[in-house]
Order: sequence, then structure tokens, then C-alpha cells
Amino acid sequence: MPRLSYAAPASVPDAIKLLAGAEGLAKVLSGGTDLLVQLRSGRTRPELIVDTKKIPGIIGIRETEDGFVIGAATSGAEIGENAALVAAYPGVVEGTNLIGSTQVQGRASLAGNLCNASPAADSVPALIAAGAVAVVVGPNGQRNVPVGQIVIAPGRTSLAKGEFILEFHLPKPKAKQSDAYLRFIPRTEMDIAVVGCGVNLTLDANGVITAACIVLGAVAPTQVVVEAAAKAIIGTKLDDAALAALDAAARAACNPITDKRGTIEFRTKIAGVLARRAAKIAYDRAGAR
Amino acid sequence: MNFVANKSELKVVGTRPVRPDGIDKVTGKAMFGADLTMAGTLTGKVLRSPHAHARIVAIDASKALALPGVKAVITAADFPEISSEEAAAGDGAVNFRHMAHNVLARDKVLYEGHAVAAVAATSQAIADAAAALIEITYEVLPFVIDVEAAMADGAPLLHDDIKYNGKPSNITKRVEFKLGDADAGLAEADVVVEGRYETTAVHQGYIEPHAVIASVNPDGQTQIFASSQGQFMIRQYVSKILAMDIANIRVTPAEIGGGFGGKTLVYLEPLAVALSRKAGKPVKMVMNREEVFRATGPTSGGVMTVKIGAKKDGTITGATIDIALQAGAFPGSPVAPACMCAFACYDLKNVRASGFDVVSNRSKIAAYRAPGAPISAFGVESAMDDLATKLGMDPIALREKNAAKAGTKAAYGPVFPEIGFEQVLEAAKSHPHWSAPLGPNQGRGVATGFWFNIGGDSSASVFVNEDGTISVVSGSPDIGGSRASMAMMAAEVLGVPYEKVRPIVGDTAQIGITGMTGGSRVTFATGMATVQAAEKVVDELKKRAAMIWDISPEAVDWKDGEAVPAGANAGGFDPMPLAAIAAKAGKTGGPIGSEVSINAQGAGAGFGAHICDVEVDPETGFVKVLRYTAVQDVGRAIHPSYVEGQIQGGAVQGIGWALNEEYLYDKNGRMDNAGFLDYRVPVASDLPMIEAVVVEVPNKRHPFGVRGVGEVPIIPPLAAVGNAIKAAIGVRMHSLPMSPPKILAAIDGKA
Ligand SMILES: Cc1cc2nc3c(=O)[nH]c(=O)nc-3n(C[C@H](O)[C@H](O)[C@H](O)COP(=O)(O)OP(=O)(O)OC[C@H]3O[C@@H](n4cnc5c(N)ncnc54)[C@H](O)[C@@H]3O)c2cc1C
Repeated sequence: MPRLSYAAPASVPDAIKLLAGAEGLAKVLSGGTDLLVQLRSGRTRPELIVDTKKIPGIIGIRETEDGFVIGAATSGAEIGENAALVAAYPGVVEGTNLIGSTQVQGRASLAGNLCNASPAADSVPALIAAGAVAVVVGPNGQRNVPVGQIVIAPGRTSLAKGEFILEFHLPKPKAKQSDAYLRFIPRTEMDIAVVGCGVNLTLDANGVITAACIVLGAVAPTQVVVEAAAKAIIGTKLDDAALAALDAAARAACNPITDKRGTIEFRTKIAGVLARRAAKIAYDRAGAR
Repeated sequence: MNFVANKSELKVVGTRPVRPDGIDKVTGKAMFGADLTMAGTLTGKVLRSPHAHARIVAIDASKALALPGVKAVITAADFPEISSEEAAAGDGAVNFRHMAHNVLARDKVLYEGHAVAAVAATSQAIADAAAALIEITYEVLPFVIDVEAAMADGAPLLHDDIKYNGKPSNITKRVEFKLGDADAGLAEADVVVEGRYETTAVHQGYIEPHAVIASVNPDGQTQIFASSQGQFMIRQYVSKILAMDIANIRVTPAEIGGGFGGKTLVYLEPLAVALSRKAGKPVKMVMNREEVFRATGPTSGGVMTVKIGAKKDGTITGATIDIALQAGAFPGSPVAPACMCAFACYDLKNVRASGFDVVSNRSKIAAYRAPGAPISAFGVESAMDDLATKLGMDPIALREKNAAKAGTKAAYGPVFPEIGFEQVLEAAKSHPHWSAPLGPNQGRGVATGFWFNIGGDSSASVFVNEDGTISVVSGSPDIGGSRASMAMMAAEVLGVPYEKVRPIVGDTAQIGITGMTGGSRVTFATGMATVQAAEKVVDELKKRAAMIWDISPEAVDWKDGEAVPAGANAGGFDPMPLAAIAAKAGKTGGPIGSEVSINAQGAGAGFGAHICDVEVDPETGFVKVLRYTAVQDVGRAIHPSYVEGQIQGGAVQGIGWALNEEYLYDKNGRMDNAGFLDYRVPVASDLPMIEAVVVEVPNKRHPFGVRGVGEVPIIPPLAAVGNAIKAAIGVRMHSLPMSPPKILAAIDGKA
């Protein structure tokens, strides 16, 4: 019978040494809400599991001069309870808090959601739209990687052997900047996004959009940053014409598959609808800041 | 016991005490199917077919048997070949040959997930590894999933011995029920509606997977502990499939974590027994959720055409339904009850209901709450809604105009005695929900449903303990709170407080034969047995009091738990409480108790009407159920909370069936969504509070007026939701589930 070892190192170097030194498949464990499920179903068969949660600082949220630092293994519940973060990034927090249920929220982390590398991961679109950066540590030291560059294909990341994410950096939001995340599921919870959309907007004093980032989930192999959608609304006050152009640009960016969770036609259409709706929410939030 | 007409005479029936099984369940102490382990227990594991249809060319288990820790491997060669065809089993006919072949494939696998072999080993990991080492050589065959494709000429055939109209076929039978001349009736109509409707296979979705532990001794004595809807069913089926003496099999019913009809068959039990027999040790087997979806029965999906014609005043002149239902890999869809229930809500002169039972390469279907009835009701109640629209009539008024009542002859044969459908419609119409305002993109629908409710074989015993407390044993596994109801009925008859009566469900050696818990029969039928047993105890108690008082038993009455002299002439004795009589039992003839086994007759039909409000997101097709009211005639509610719980649960399962649940197959005929993530039952946040409105038109053939509850509430929701969606978006949805992509396509198609 194959054996499975478990380690919970108390420092970054120890964790790197274990991960880099493993002969077979080694997996990082944060909340385990993906990993343990996959382990039990036989979808992944690692020989080593390295639990990061004993590493100092990997759980917790700090506000700094430049913005926020969120530990890689911080739970969704903790993120949702941080008032400063909720005020600054309501979209990132609502995306994170959509994951699973109350029970799952007690465990699920941003690093796990990102590195599970599902195109439907709920926290990822808003993180990318916010310009979040992942701090990656590994045998060759530390590197800062934009969140959008971590996932390269369904189930695959750009992390090399021995590397893992230590924390996320979110920049301090500008005066009239805010965000929103919406997903579509056929039920009200405990489901996987058929489409997800994160929007981050910055307005000027007159309510004209000066910067925008629109990111779609579950409509392509990885999250899609829709630049045409941003262009369609920058310089507008999100009037009906801008919203229609945004809808069209979002739809055009879709490259989904038909599967048990949705057809190409349905996903494409919903992408346009969610982009409009999320943009309106982000616009109102930004205006109110 | 005579029917108690006056509800105010009842002291216990109609109250809401705490259920006796509650504490064990909420503290995790209750023993469900997987919770028992005996010394030396092995773990059993099933090897299942990866193919939808294939011939088994060879099975080589040598590598598996060589693995250390493996104690036994079984295949169909370990089962006797059963030649008998249909045999009577409890409530209906069962084909044990088919059942045996479903439990373990012989010659051919007929669906993905079909069991081919099973192994017992000293650990789950070894059992898993051993199953993977069993080598099966298959000759893969063409398969067919869809019901109409299975009926078409040239379809791949599942069974050599099934013929229809003299030709080999996947159609196993056609049923027809008629009254008058439906075509002539339709010809007389001023207005006719016609529609084709489709439903998909849906699973019962019980939370507890199938689980069993079995132990066979060298002398043949066999113990089985399993979660099911009938310990006697398991005993009989295992005895048939493995050719064992019934007296050698003792089945103990575990607590059951849901069944809804899906646990009225055996899957693991014969395998565990055969493995234990071979290995000489107890064998425990527990399915995982994937196995439950792939290998156990959902209910049928089907296609149907419904036609209803009416005069301008709404009087229905003729109606037809033609339906074809998936049976899964072996014959036996609920096509007959689907046809029988289709128009049973209505008083019709001319009606015809016909249906086909069709096999295809899906897991064999099992019963699911009111088997068949929700499917035909989806078609009929959608068509009734269209008819009301076409006539410009209120949909409840249309139903009132045609409502079945006492004296109505149903198309399936009987003439209804007193029934409560008109009272149900009245309660729905006068409920504030029916006239509440609606907002934009919102719609309201109503639909109705009928179920026979049934009686049948039931046993119960009532014992007086030394201190005057009471023990009740019944043969009916408790799925919906029936232990509480049995205790309440016994307490009512005996005139003692509910808390003095403790009920259990007996094993097959402790109580007489009892049919399965299903068909909404237990509170009626086993309740009747319990009442009769309690009455016999009362008679005995009166006799004992008479002996002590030295008067004739006829001179003793029983009142509020005490023996009292029947009148002034009987003598001036003080009332003698039950406990006092019990204390003297040893001196007056010995312990007091009684067991009653009956075939309960006189089940009373149940009717329901559901009102549903939805809001449809016009841009996404998302349906939100805003408000839901379920009205039902239950005869009389013994424990109103559990009656309401049944009504709510049935409505929720029906809403899931309507909106999102479906079996999806990939291009290889394999189920694509065998888990609760993608097989979408409603979650709590999807639903409003379901308001249950209990109507009580007592069934006079039960002492307390019981009809039955569990089946009716799953029948109306499919059409109630569909009719509400129609009202909201203006489009009739003909196909289930009414999921967002389909609704959005319908909205876009209209524009
Ligand atoms: C019932 C249920 C409901 C769910 N609902 C949703 C939902 O609605 N939306 C959604 O998006 N997801 C959902 N999920 C999936 C899951 O909960 C999320 O993806 C969650 O964020 C994963 O975080 P985790 O900490 O539990 O990850 P883990 O399971 O610990 O890890 C997931 C993956 O990331 C890797 N990993 C973990 N930490 C690191 C790190 N620091 N550096 C590098 N790699 C790392 C692991 O090796 C593994 O491959 C659900 C899961 C369950 C069980």
C-alpha cells in the first residue's frame, strides 16, 4: 500500500526544504477544503502533505502604509470579519465569502482557492481586478507574482517545485475606487460558479470612470482579464450605452466549454449580464467613497 | 375500535410531543446502517461496470485473491441461478431473477455502475486495491439511455427474453386504464389543450448511503443489520436470491437516514451475506455517494402527451394521457400508478390513461414518494393550467368544477368514499396566499395531486410492564416519526400519558411480518394494528380488574387509564389505575400484553393543492421560489408537527425535481453528475418557509381517521412551479428540469 506522510513545519525554510526534497508528489495544505476532498476521492495521490498553518504570519491580515497583507492560509471567515478590508475591497471579500458554507469558510483560504487553479474559483477574479500580488517563496528565494500569472491552465500553476505562496499584497485603494464580484449559480449556495465576474473601478470627482479592470471566471480555461470591457467604460459614467458596450465586450471575451454546469451560449450570455451588474455595484460603491 | 368522530374526545392524538428517537439522533448515538461493527468484521467492496452495456467474457480474480488481507471474492457464479419469474412479495409482484441480476450482473452488465464482483478484505484500503485487481474482460455493446430511443426500431436490446407484440423489444409492457370513451368526449369539447411533456430521472437523495453488516455462521444462522424501509423485505429478498431458509435470517432494522422509496430494494445485503458465508467473518459494506447515484434507483424520467377537452363552462368532457417511462435496466417503472393517478383528482366521464414500461441502460429505477404520480401530474396539471387560461377561468375554479368527490368513479376502478379534495380546494382558494399581490417578473401557479395511500400487512404488539408503563413494538421502520405516532395511538387507547409509552421497531424475530414503510401506509396500517393490540390489552385489563373486584368483565369500563365500575349496579369500587392492575398481574393470570397482525384494509385517498410564487430573473433564467403553500387532506393528523414535516419535505423534493435535479449522461452512457455538487437538490437558502395547511376529512375506516401523508406532497410541485413560471414569463415549460439555461432559452425564444 502506498504511504502518505504529513508534516507541519514551523518556518518557511523548513517548509521549502520538505517540499523541494520530496521525491514523489508533494502538496501544500492550507484549509484542505479542496485538497482533502481530492485526496479522499483518489483524484490526487500525494506522498507528502506539507501543512503551512504553523508558519508564523501565514494566517492573519495586516494593514500597512501601502495597503493590506493577507496571509496565504487566512480563512474566509477571518477575511470577512476584517472591517478595514471589507471597506477597502468589498468585492474581494464578497468573492471570498461566497466560497462554500459557514463550515467551509472557517477553513478555505485565498492561496488554496487560487492554487487549486479552477477557472471557477470565486476569490480570484476580484483579486486580479484589484491588482493583488502573491508573494511566492521557494528554493530560489522570494518573488512577487501578480495573481493573474499564477494559474496557467485548469489544475496547473506557474509555481515551481518547492515553491508556495506566503502572502498576498493588496494596494491601498484610491479615493474613488471600489470593486464588486458576482457569480451565477443555479442555486443560492454550495455550488460552483457557472460564470463569475470581478470588477474594479476608479472614478474622478465627477463620476467619470478613469480606470477599470473587468475579470471573468469560468468562461475560459483560466480567468480572463477583459481589456476591451475596461476600454468600453473608461471615460463614461456607466450610462446605458457604456453598459451595452461592456456587455458585448464581456461576451466577446468568452471562450467557454459546454459541460454539465452550463452551455457555451448560456455562459456567454450570463458573462455579459454579470459584467454589467457587477460594474454598476462597483460604480455605486466607488461613488459613495 | 369504532371511529372516533369527535376530535375533542382525543387527549393525545393531535398533540405535539417530542419524538422518542430524537435525543439519540441529535446526539449522534443513534445506530444507522454503518454504525455497527462485530468482532472480526471485514470490509466489503463492490467492483462496478465502467460500461453502459457489455457482455462479461471472463472474470479473473486470482490476483485479487493473492493480495494479503483478501478473504473472499464473489461473482454471479456464487449466486444460485433463479428460474422463477414473477413472485408475490409484500405489496406487489417482484421478479427475483431480475433482482438477483441487478444485485450482481450475470453474463451482461446493463448500466455503468452495475455490480460485477465483490470482495471482502481486512481493511478498506485492501478491499479497494483488491477490487482494482479483479480482471474483467468485456465485450462492449451498443447502449441506449433515452426512453424514446430505446423504444425505436433497431435500438440496442437489453434482454433476450423481453418481447412486445411478439418482437424482441425494450418495451416490457403496456398498461391502459379507461372510463367511458375519451375520444368521443374530446370531440364534444369546446376547447381542447394538448401538450407533450418530458421529465428526467431524479434520485431520492437520502442522506444516508446504503449500508449493511452481515454475519453468517457455519450452521447457516445469519444476522443482518441494515438501513432499509423493511427488515422483512430484506429477509425475504435475501432468502430468495441466495436460496436460504427464512428462519435462518434475522434482520435488525438500523435507524434509517432517509429512504423516500429508494430503500425498498436490496443492493448490498445479498453481497454482504454471500461474502460473509465465504469468508466466515462478518462483512460490512457502505456505499459512497457516487455508488448511490450510479447504482441505486432513481425514479423514472419519461415522456407523455396529455390532451384535455372541456365545455365553455369548464366541464371536462374527455381527457387522455399517453406516457412512456424509463424502467432502468430491468422492467418495473411506476407506469401503472402514473396512469392511475393522472386524472384521479377529477370526476370525469371519459378518460384514458395508457403507458409503456421501457428498459434502457440506466440503473434500475426504485420507488420514490408516490411512484409515478408526480410525473403524470406534471403533464396533467400543466395542461389544466393551460385549459384554465384558454377558458379564461380561475385555475382553482376549473378544478372545483371537475373535482372528484364521494361517489366519483375513478378511471382506475374504484368509487371514492368520502374524500377531501373539495375541502382542499376551498382551503387553497381562501388562503391569503391565493390573493396576495405580486411584483414584476413574478408569477403564481397552482397544481393538485392524488395518492391512493395504502394498507397491507402490519404487526404491532403492546406490553404492560410491571410498573404500568407500556412498551410498543412495531414492524415498521420509522422514517417519518412513526414511533411517536404509534406511542400516541397506544396512549390514546390505554388512556395513559404519552411519556408512559415507549415504542421501538422490532427485528424480524421479535414481531410479526410487516410490509415495507412506503406508500403512506404506516400510520394507517401499522397504526391500526397498534390500536387493535392496545384494545386487546384494555380488554385484558378490564378482565383483571373484574377478577379483583369479583364482578363480571362486562361490568367494568375503561376510562382515562383506569378501570371503573360500568354503573351503579356493578358495585361501589374506587377506580383502579393501570399501574395497580399491572402490579397484581402475576396473581391474576400473568403478564399482560398482546400482539396483532393484520392486513389493513380501508386506506383513504389523499389529495393536495399547492400554491407557488416565483420570481424569474429575465436576464439569467434564475427562478427564486418566493412563497409556497401546501394544502393537504391528511384524514387526521396524529402528530401535526410530523405531518407538516412530511408535507414540507415532499414539497421541497418536488421543487428540486422541478428546478434543477436531473441525471446527466456523457456520450459513453456514463452518469456525468454522480455527486451532490452537480446533482442539485435544493439547499436551505433556496427555499422560503413551506407553509403546510392541514385539512382533516377523516378516513372513517381508521379509528382516529388517518389517511396518510408522505406521498401526496411531492406530486403537485412540478406543475405548481411550472405554472408559476408560466405566469411570470408567459412561456410554458414542457421539459424538466426548468433550469436557468432552459428558461433563458425560452424567454429568448419568445422575444
Ligand atoms: C462544500 C464545498 C463548497 C465549496 N464551494 C466553493 C465555492 O463556492 N467557490 C469556490 O471557489 N470554491 C469552493 N470550494 C472549493 C474550496 O473550498 C476553495 O477553493 C478554497 O478556497 C480552497 O482553500 P483551502 O485553503 O481549503 O485549500 P487547500 O485544499 O488547502 O488547497 C487547495 C490547493 O491549493 C494548494 N495550496 C494550498 N495552499 C497553498 C499555498 N500557500 N501555496 C501554494 N499552493 C497552495 C494545495 O496544494 C491544493 O492543490 C468548495 C469546497 C467545498 C468542500
